[in-house]
Amino acid sequence: MVHWTAEEKQLITSIWGKVNVEECGAEALARLLIVYPWTQRFFDSFGNLSSPTAIIGNPKVRAHGKKVLTSFGEAIKNLDNLKVTYSKLSELHCEKLHVDPENFRLLGDILIIVLAAHFTKDFTPACQATWQKLVGVVAHALAHKYH
Amino acid sequence: MVLSANDKTNVKTAFSKFGGHVEEYGGEALDRMFVTYPQTKTYFPHFDLSHGSAQVKAHGKKVAAALVEAVNHIDDIAGALSKLSDLHAQKLRVDPVNFKLLGHCFLVVVAIHHPAVLTPEVHASLDKFLCAVGTVLTAKYR
Repeated sequence: MVHWTAEEKQLITSIWGKVNVEECGAEALARLLIVYPWTQRFFDSFGNLSSPTAIIGNPKVRAHGKKVLTSFGEAIKNLDNLKVTYSKLSELHCEKLHVDPENFRLLGDILIIVLAAHFTKDFTPACQATWQKLVGVVAHALAHKYH
Repeated sequence: MVLSANDKTNVKTAFSKFGGHVEEYGGEALDRMFVTYPQTKTYFPHFDLSHGSAQVKAHGKKVAAALVEAVNHIDDIAGALSKLSDLHAQKLRVDPVNFKLLGHCFLVVVAIHHPAVLTPEVHASLDKFLCAVGTVLTAKYR
């Protein structure tokens, strides 16, 4: 089980409290698809992903980004119980969606950069370290039920 | 990783906006890397790695200078960084995975200081550029 210090929990919740989940989620997913274009392989049904502008403006990308980050919020509410919280989601990503867990790591790093751009100096090294730990743990939990 | 003409323009433009601060960014990226990925400290047992360390700042300047050199010779990064590539292969032998970690931290620093510069397209170009630098530095490893 992952151990979170009081300081880490504080750094997580204080940042999360100020995140606009819809905007941040949309931006993170759009950047994932732009910076690592091979990730578009999972989104054939999303329509026009032909350019950064198309991706950023794509309503399905926005909606899905919001969905993903909302789910991330669930992780934050269940920091001490992540594997159980994400058990069904993990199975889904393996059995139905067939997503290589490496993609969770890529999205995690993108999220860090989006947060950094948004919070600038408030995204201190300690903050970054805590959030990197969080995205790593979330990625691990999502990959946990893979077989 | 092939850099398109667009990528090269994006990288050069971004670096011109960093101006003289790029040396600080090198130090800041290293600092964040040591805090976020403690295993990277194993390459610097001889350094004071505490926050604000003069040695880390000095080393950050070196890293930044190499990046600037690569930007200035972006059509031939391998040529520009050839000596550094030899050094990493023969002497330093930093595991290749670590270049991604430092590259990521450098992008975080850019995001913090120049959020408006780091549009998704520029983000993609810079990421590719940093990957290319890492690839060059590890090219002669075996």
